[in-house]
Amino acid sequence: MTPVVRVLLFGRLRDVAGWRERIYRPAPESLSALRAMIATEDAALAAALESPGVRAAVDQVLAQGDAVLRSGAEVAFMPPMSGG
Amino acid sequence: MIRLVSESFDPGAELNRFSRGRTVTGAVVSFLGLARGESGQAVALELEAYPGFTESEIAAFVDAAIDRFGLQDAAVIHRVGPIPPGEPIVLVLTAAPHRREAFEGCDCLMDYLKSRAPLWKKEHGADGSRWVEPTARDLSDIERWA
Repeated sequence: MTPVVRVLLFGRLRDVAGWRERIYRPAPESLSALRAMIATEDAALAAALESPGVRAAVDQVLAQGDAVLRSGAEVAFMPPMSGG
Repeated sequence: MIRLVSESFDPGAELNRFSRGRTVTGAVVSFLGLARGESGQAVALELEAYPGFTESEIAAFVDAAIDRFGLQDAAVIHRVGPIPPGEPIVLVLTAAPHRREAFEGCDCLMDYLKSRAPLWKKEHGADGSRWVEPTARDLSDIERWA
């Protein structure tokens, strides 16, 4: 089976991209490879992902810097948070 | 106890349930946030969460607040999805032996929810929609607890 990575976008990132969830196949091997893959297809989204306060989680754990992605990994990109 | 709910809830019933049977608690503090409608401004709010991640992140912060302030218990109930003006968005409850700890714990938890919890808020107004990000005030509020 081809390895895949599931990418989730939240808040304004979803509006920038025009999608909420997408499967990347074949799977990028790292978070930085995923960012590069996104940059080739959507420069505006890639820029939004680099903007201040945007954080990434891999398998529901906040990523510090780059991270290795296993097959089937879930990657979430999250803009600055605001509840209440 | 952390709950994300997509329907309106009864804050009084939640406060009663939280307070019941507490024989060694001297103080329960509650904060209720309402969806605020301003004329010509936001007509509805929409809250987005990351199911699973949002609850576990909030739960970890609540556990840390319980330790830090010496709380006996704390609860957060937060709406997700569309919220009409006047409806509850968030209820934070804290229980402690004495009031000061309960007030401070509740205040700290609200500051966290406004600027650090994985929740995203969109305002739908007469002139379109916009994502709300923490204000300078929100960011300085959470710094009070650093």
